[in-house]
Amino acid sequence: MDKAKVAAEMADRMKGAEEVLKANNYDKTRLVPILQGVQEKYRWLSQDLLSYVARAVGLPPARVYGVATFYAHFTLKPKGKHIIKLCDGTACHVKGSTKLLDAIRNKLGIKEGEDTSRDGLFTVDTVSCLGACGLAPVLVVDTEVHGQVKPDQVEAILNAVLEKDKNVTK
Amino acid sequence: MCNKTIDIGVCAREYNEKLSALKKRIIICAGTGCVANGSLVFRDALIKELEKNNLNINTNLEKEDVRKDSHYVSESGCQGFCQMGPLVRIEPDGILYTKVKAADAAEIVEKTILKGEVVERLLYQSPIDGKHYLGDHDIPFYKRQHRIVLANCTIEPASISEYIARRGYEGAKKAWTAMQPEEVCKLLEDSGLRGRGGGGFPTGRKWRLTLASKNDVKYIICNGDEGDPGAFMDRSVMEGNPHSVLEGMMVAARAVEACEGYVYVRAEYPLAVERVRAAIHDAERVGILGEDIFGTGKPFKIHVMEGAGAFVCGEETALIASIEGKRGMPMPKPPFPAQHGLWGKPTVINNVETLATVPYIMREGAAKFRELGTPNSPGTKTFALTGHVANTGLIEVPFGTTLNEIVNEIGGGVTDADGHISPDNFKSVQIGGPSGGCLTKEMLTLPLDFDSLRGVGAMVGSGGLVVMNQQTCMPAVAKFFMGFTQNESCGKCVPCREGTKQMLALLKDITNGDATEETLALLEETAKAVRLASLCGLGKTAPNPVLSTLRHFREEYLEHVLHKRCPAGQCAALAMPEILPDKCKGCSLCAKKCPVGAITGELKKPFKIDGSKCIKCGACKAACKFGAVTGI
Repeated sequence: MDKAKVAAEMADRMKGAEEVLKANNYDKTRLVPILQGVQEKYRWLSQDLLSYVARAVGLPPARVYGVATFYAHFTLKPKGKHIIKLCDGTACHVKGSTKLLDAIRNKLGIKEGEDTSRDGLFTVDTVSCLGACGLAPVLVVDTEVHGQVKPDQVEAILNAVLEKDKNVTK
Repeated sequence: MCNKTIDIGVCAREYNEKLSALKKRIIICAGTGCVANGSLVFRDALIKELEKNNLNINTNLEKEDVRKDSHYVSESGCQGFCQMGPLVRIEPDGILYTKVKAADAAEIVEKTILKGEVVERLLYQSPIDGKHYLGDHDIPFYKRQHRIVLANCTIEPASISEYIARRGYEGAKKAWTAMQPEEVCKLLEDSGLRGRGGGGFPTGRKWRLTLASKNDVKYIICNGDEGDPGAFMDRSVMEGNPHSVLEGMMVAARAVEACEGYVYVRAEYPLAVERVRAAIHDAERVGILGEDIFGTGKPFKIHVMEGAGAFVCGEETALIASIEGKRGMPMPKPPFPAQHGLWGKPTVINNVETLATVPYIMREGAAKFRELGTPNSPGTKTFALTGHVANTGLIEVPFGTTLNEIVNEIGGGVTDADGHISPDNFKSVQIGGPSGGCLTKEMLTLPLDFDSLRGVGAMVGSGGLVVMNQQTCMPAVAKFFMGFTQNESCGKCVPCREGTKQMLALLKDITNGDATEETLALLEETAKAVRLASLCGLGKTAPNPVLSTLRHFREEYLEHVLHKRCPAGQCAALAMPEILPDKCKGCSLCAKKCPVGAITGELKKPFKIDGSKCIKCGACKAACKFGAVTGI
């Protein structure tokens, strides 16, 4: 294939990353904010993106990969359209978050060891604490916080998200 | 309204004049909990309702002039009583409405705003005596607290003028214009303030050590990486009163002669990030932060750094690595950050709550601060009270308060699985998160402070206080915390990386019924080794939940390993299904469904399950139409 064409395609794909890098002055000490910004734009960090960032800030790709894999916030796999964060902090745990997780996995058909539904619509993450312990158990769908959730409410919550999607596409 | 050459005295007076010109002020809690329950929807409904009644309103006193006979609708950070949210306060009447819904807006305007009447059904009703309470001056949850850090939790977080009007930045001004760094350190030492992040290291001494390290560049870091599951006081302070944190940092900067600061906030707290950023922006706008602090010609700037989700970054040296753009792994100490910190420069790292306490000490003096708390742990501590307790939320009490006061008086008592109060159901309080320990019923009278807790194998930690009832299995709780620390161990040092893994495996054996008495001995030995040999605080304290539960709830462990029984009925692997003879109709459906032929019996007589054959699949329970199968 034409080399110039490949390069152009690459530049196009990296446009978003380039913006983030520029805003952070290509400063390698700002690697964490850079990766956060890039992930926000692309939803996940592909190998391409990590190498590109590494080259741009002048770090070995291994260092960048090391940082990306160290922090829980970064994801090296594509995620679903909607992110469900289920809190499994102490308070939520003693108030039954495990049962909630089972209910969500059942409803979405996500098997043990997986986190994203087959249709790519939902990803379920457990987080250690959302700091809303007064509302335990808590789950957050995208940015919406649901408190004192019971397993039998899961279906309604997820259906409401899908319903909203439908209205948007209409 | 405060302009570039700010005089905080004038600014405070102007703002207070505005407040006194108001008819009523309606404060809507916009903490994460209340927002999730719809407090902002209520706010919109209320404004609509006020406008419908042709009432003048203000929504932003920072920018607007007070309109004639106006009502001020403002938001606040977390007010602490999350269980009862959304919370709405009406001032100056001192009314606190709880569980308010958008549909209540009309009645509140009609009765309370227009006629000054109280809507009784929205008041807090005690689950114990059924009495209604008007506001925080009489609600037991608030009345028993003593708030310093959370005192200003009802102010508008986005208004720097309101913070100044509550004597904010007075302490920072005093430190920068009327005191020498040496004197600030002395004042903090005299106050006896100890770090609220877990370790309890004296703040004044930390500052003095950093002051003594000579260097042109020094840093202040505010540690807002509140990762302990079950704790959310730092989030609430950053969301509700961000300026108090900035002021604390300014005082610290003066004490150690630093010119730059970082606030390191967890990425899971987007609202806190936003509020702190806005507060920095406002403080720079009015000339409090920036190139010339209070006319001294000296600069101090604050940056915000969002964490990326690593519990170990609560550890000082790991947090520094994270700000420098590296994997957040701790370093051996010494050198301490006071000598060799961020970018190799002397650095002070203080926790959010510690810094938010500093303005009070600067304003009121060390002696006044020492009036609260115990001699070795002066002042107050915020706790996140959660779990099986009637009133969950954020509380602040002087050190030396007993667990009994916290759980039964402020918390309103222990609850059962359905949330009903059941006083005899108390089993334990877990304090200090994954670095802390479990306390028993006998310790309810223990006055809580740094030293007393260490004496019983727990620690204040960040202040998570999780109440657990009899239906909680203690080995499972230990397993839960170990799962957390094992997951968060950074992997740098072997004792923590391997030790937490082994401890988790042993705890799994115990809750799965695969353990013997030797397992307990091995677990204890491993825990002690990890505590001794780990590099940083995470590893050193990781065994605490195991050791404290082994110490105080050994019987329960023994039940698991000797009789393969979970007294709390929580460990699924140890569950033993049973058919209740009085409910069983003898229909034989369960026996037909049982895949291993463990159920036998005669038709129309109660059936029985053979425990040695049962594989605990639950098919019998699912099949039974009479609810006769239990224990699985």
